[in-house]
Amino acid sequence: MGMTITEKILAAHAGRKQVYPGDLINARVDLVLGNDITAPVAIREFEKIGVEGVFDRERIALVPDHFIPNKDIKSAEQAKILREFAREQGITNYFEVGRMGIEHCLLPEAGLVLPGDVVIGADSHTCTYGALGAFATGVGSTDMAAAMALGETWFKVPESIKFVFHGQKLNPWVSGKDLILYVIGEIGVDGALYQAMEFTGPVIENLSMDGRFTMANMAIEAGAKNGIIAPDAVTAEYVRGRAARPFTVYGSDPDAVYARVYEFDAAEIEPQVARPHLPENTCPVSEIGDVPIDQVVIGSCTNGRLGDLREAAGILKGRKVHQNVRLIVIPGTQRIYQEAMHEGLIDIFISAGAAVSTPTCGPCLGGYMGILAKGERAVSTTNRNFVGRMGHPESEVYLANPAVAAASAVLGQIGLPVELGLAAGF
Amino acid sequence: MKGFAWKFGSNVDTDVIIPARYLNTTDPAELARHCMEDADPAFAQKIRRGDMIVAEENFGCGSSREHAPIAIKAAGVSCVIARSFARIFYRNAVNIGLPIFESPAAAAGIRAGDEVEVDGAGGLIRNITRGETYQVAPFPEFMQQIMARGGLIEYVRERVRSGERR
Repeated sequence: MGMTITEKILAAHAGRKQVYPGDLINARVDLVLGNDITAPVAIREFEKIGVEGVFDRERIALVPDHFIPNKDIKSAEQAKILREFAREQGITNYFEVGRMGIEHCLLPEAGLVLPGDVVIGADSHTCTYGALGAFATGVGSTDMAAAMALGETWFKVPESIKFVFHGQKLNPWVSGKDLILYVIGEIGVDGALYQAMEFTGPVIENLSMDGRFTMANMAIEAGAKNGIIAPDAVTAEYVRGRAARPFTVYGSDPDAVYARVYEFDAAEIEPQVARPHLPENTCPVSEIGDVPIDQVVIGSCTNGRLGDLREAAGILKGRKVHQNVRLIVIPGTQRIYQEAMHEGLIDIFISAGAAVSTPTCGPCLGGYMGILAKGERAVSTTNRNFVGRMGHPESEVYLANPAVAAASAVLGQIGLPVELGLAAGF
Repeated sequence: MKGFAWKFGSNVDTDVIIPARYLNTTDPAELARHCMEDADPAFAQKIRRGDMIVAEENFGCGSSREHAPIAIKAAGVSCVIARSFARIFYRNAVNIGLPIFESPAAAAGIRAGDEVEVDGAGGLIRNITRGETYQVAPFPEFMQQIMARGGLIEYVRERVRSGERR
């Protein structure tokens, strides 16, 4: 019987020839990840286990990125726990302020996650790495602790759902963000609960790595265990020069078994927006009506990569942010920040009247660097629009792609680049 | 386990269970004070030890923060009963020893304020107020072993002690 890419990766890491959905397996992990919110709890639990050290000091990544640079004294204490643990254990992949980035932008960029890997991270958006053809899933702190000790973890092999995107060309201003928002709108926030979401088809083949990261990143927003895209020439190009260890490329067999198959035509998909308070509340931007806004955030593990910043800058060049709007732009990593600076994107943002921040998850989860007051409304390129997600429980978040977010910042309300006379698309 | 039911709807996310503004601490008692705050600001004050959370579909969706089940457990909630759970929350609850029960029948039958008794081992939930009984889907044996030890860490400790770690 054929296997999906997810099943093949899990079988290989469990030392088996074949696995089936529902099998409980122990799998070796290639990388274990934690951040300044989740790792302190994991470290506390790790110390109870009674091992002398971590299973492999080069296979653990500690990325302080959520409340970093330290937003208050308590956050500083949390960050200190990470820093001291990294020093004690000799963990090589600890990323200090000034050398860090948002974990899910940073680790692929640094070549620490590769095709065919099994990665667990104490962060729900660990599923991002599926864009590289890895099996990657979010876990809690205790799972992280156990994996740091053992170098392996248990999984129930998930069923897979296949999403095929047909068509040759995306509509103007449609990106990976719109494809994944469209899917979540179709299947709901628990539409892929416990399952693997496999994205395929000609549209995916033509999608940039940045667009693929965005899609895999939001698989969790449909309840999925992982999102995954089989590696191809685009993946190979991205990994070249980054990979410092061997890796294996897997793909699904033609006779692999899927729980469901969805087929979409790219021609049907317009730029999407997800209204409060669930990512499944999607509609085309063209149907949103008059929705005035107070703030726009462009960044995060979902849309904080160079391609995203280019899209936003393309809209903002020579324009000004609306007088009633605060625009906050957050490059995902120091390298992205620097490349954006060399390309002149940062200049465009500042000239337009935006605030540009050092990499941080800050506003996405209502941490800091752009908290909303009662009754305020934001358009954000982030991944969640839950009640209170970005601040006050009575504030609102609308999720969109970077081009729509940038256009909305200029318009003062949610809108499309075409409303600024930009018709062509990317 | 015996207590009174507090009802919530579908897609109760971890930002509602414990908002990120309180994630600059890992202290269970402090997290417990803000449990469910954005859904019901007085929840932590109102509940009595042993009470249950009863919810609809996809309970605990969103972030992987283990602070969510930690806050619920430290608040004195004896267990969470739902039609379905989001997977990371499900795993975290098992790992930290917060009892959870998947039961569509219980989620449908139990009303806010009902007195409920749960027999985890027997896989039965009894609604004392309404005189109804609901079945619970049993956990896989492997997960029962974790739960019997109060969570994953003790399970791993035993493995390490028996020399299983390479």
